[in-house]
Amino acid sequence: MQQNIMENFSELATVLDGKLLRIEEIPFKSTMIELLLSKKLLDTKPAITKTLLTTTCKRCGNKDNRYFAEIPCKKCSRTHLYCRKCIEMGRVMECESLYYWIGPPAIWPTHQNPSSWEGTLTTAQEKAANRIKTAIINQEKEILVWAVCGAGKTEMLFPGISKALERGMRVCLATPRADVVRELKPRLLQAFEGVSIQALYGGNEDKGKDAQFVIATTHQLLRYQSAFDVMIVDEVDAFPFHADPSLPFAQKRAAKQNGTTIYLTATPRQNLKKAINRKKLPHVFVPVRYHGHPLPIPTLKMCYSLQKDLAASRAPSRFLPWLLKRTNPERQLLIFVPTIDLVNRLKTPLLDLFIAHRLINNETELDAVHASDEKREEKVMAFRQKKLKVILTTTILERGVTFPSVDVAIFHAGHDVFDEAALVQIAGRAGRNANDPNGEVVFFHDGKTEAMLEAIYQIKQMNKRGGF
Amino acid sequence: MNCLWCMEDRNNNLGWSDFFILNKQNGFCESCLSGLQQLSGKRCSLCSRMTEFEQCSDCEWWRNQFKSDPLEYNYSVFQYNSFIQEIIAKWKYRGDYVLGEVFRPYVYAAFIEKFTTQKKNLIAVPIPLSEERITERGFNQAEMLAGFLPIRQELLLQRVDGEKQSKKSRKDRITTKNPFSLEKMVKNPVLLVDDIYTTGTTLRHAARLLIESGCPEVYALTLIRG
Ligand SMILES: [Zn+2]
Ligand SMILES: [Zn+2]
Ligand SMILES: [Zn+2]
Repeated sequence: MQQNIMENFSELATVLDGKLLRIEEIPFKSTMIELLLSKKLLDTKPAITKTLLTTTCKRCGNKDNRYFAEIPCKKCSRTHLYCRKCIEMGRVMECESLYYWIGPPAIWPTHQNPSSWEGTLTTAQEKAANRIKTAIINQEKEILVWAVCGAGKTEMLFPGISKALERGMRVCLATPRADVVRELKPRLLQAFEGVSIQALYGGNEDKGKDAQFVIATTHQLLRYQSAFDVMIVDEVDAFPFHADPSLPFAQKRAAKQNGTTIYLTATPRQNLKKAINRKKLPHVFVPVRYHGHPLPIPTLKMCYSLQKDLAASRAPSRFLPWLLKRTNPERQLLIFVPTIDLVNRLKTPLLDLFIAHRLINNETELDAVHASDEKREEKVMAFRQKKLKVILTTTILERGVTFPSVDVAIFHAGHDVFDEAALVQIAGRAGRNANDPNGEVVFFHDGKTEAMLEAIYQIKQMNKRGGF
Repeated sequence: MNCLWCMEDRNNNLGWSDFFILNKQNGFCESCLSGLQQLSGKRCSLCSRMTEFEQCSDCEWWRNQFKSDPLEYNYSVFQYNSFIQEIIAKWKYRGDYVLGEVFRPYVYAAFIEKFTTQKKNLIAVPIPLSEERITERGFNQAEMLAGFLPIRQELLLQRVDGEKQSKKSRKDRITTKNPFSLEKMVKNPVLLVDDIYTTGTTLRHAARLLIESGCPEVYALTLIRG
């Protein structure tokens, strides 16, 4: 048995090549691992290294001393360091090693016609798709795709991904949110029927075979090194990707040396905008939504008693008058609030309000959701299936999730959590469907902030560039 | 200095008057600390559970079922809530050893409050983990807790089998044979230390073994009353 596996290098390579693993993560018995090490197919490096001045976790790149702690280790009977930064992915300790493949590289299949997608691209999408394809063919190092919310960025990737799969390349699509991985998996399975696809996200790792096309949360990339010819990074501006240095580190390491990285964003942060302006980062801009209609522009509603109303668990004073005069009362409604506390406190008062004005027929049509809500997936699904008419949420639904026909309200749009990017993203939830491209977006606030004005300016700017 | 849990800088909101707080190494920020609920008010004198009665219904059941109780009493520090559950999960199962430090002052204070009046030669005995768990986690959380106490710690107990106790029903757990073995005899009174008191069965198995081999009295100090 063992001999057979040894003879079949290519099968081993597809499992181990491109990975950087703790010993517990290697799906073989210890005798097999010993054999691979002795045959120079597998090599190791220390998981944590120390020099005079710096300690480094070789798994997540952490050099910040605050994220190292000591443990009196029973495995080696010494007290030594472990990394707290990447502990959610399984703890790495100073007495441990990381394992990686040094045998012949994995060979992935070349596909004749990998794409089973039957849709068509708009002119704007096609232009971006071609640019992405060229970048992959020429093995350009990196390119930024700046596409407005609702531009249809996933479809724009299909021609480039197809080209890569035709050439037997390995592809990764990484995104900061597990929700998005779950949503993308069925779409990509449908678009690339004959291709092996694997979805990886916290707790729910696709234990199936290692695939040529990997969809993963950015955290999962900590287990890869020099694995992907094409690395697509979705929502580069999103939390935690922009805030946690170990994620860009993992993403860069997971790409092959001569691989191509494609960054996607609707709301690039200052550093990327600067890189574009200085022509240090090639980019392609997609200012038009796939349905060809402009982005809805947010309306500002000043509410002097906003703080008082929220403290008393009431909707802002101008919310109800707006609610009763919506242009299309059939639309579902997304209400964003800045904190989990407000989500919890406002649910019942809002239920009462909606029922009193016969805007919903019964209590089951309104629900609230936040990040640590165990029923989050169910609730989002219920909203998508229109079982829910109204959903009250924190910023967790600001991006990644798409609903066809919604109006959007933000209570206390001036709060710190609603930065420019968040506001643009939230506004981008409206008008996503060709049948109803004009959702209303209302910011209820008690004083305009820089972020609010900048977000509206950006949206208008994009519409202008889109020819509206 | 950063909070061990939320990693926010604890210095941010502190004035000079709070300076002494910073000397407490390895702590949580005030806001995270407030998520921990200490047991308070009237508690069962035998198991520390919050109750209006001198003894809770669980302990009464024990008394009726078995005439003699090998455990004098248990004392716990915290109530079970979802926050402490999260901390325990990261500390124990993820193996984030240093998180346990947050419990040090509480465990120490509980000992001073409840056990210093006991005989001077009390020794702390942590509830052991199976070999398998030890290699998985690299440390035993009960040993860490016992290390916070101002008394000698001895690793007197060993696990006999690694079978998961939690999979059995309560009745099963009580009637199955003792999961521990004793390394050597003890003549000192013993304070058993563990992270959670749920039904008390585990602690009583250990206590019975100790008493049968000549230990005069057995007490328990646990972090959480589940
Ligand atoms: Zn690390
Ligand atoms: Zn060690
Ligand atoms: Zn009791």
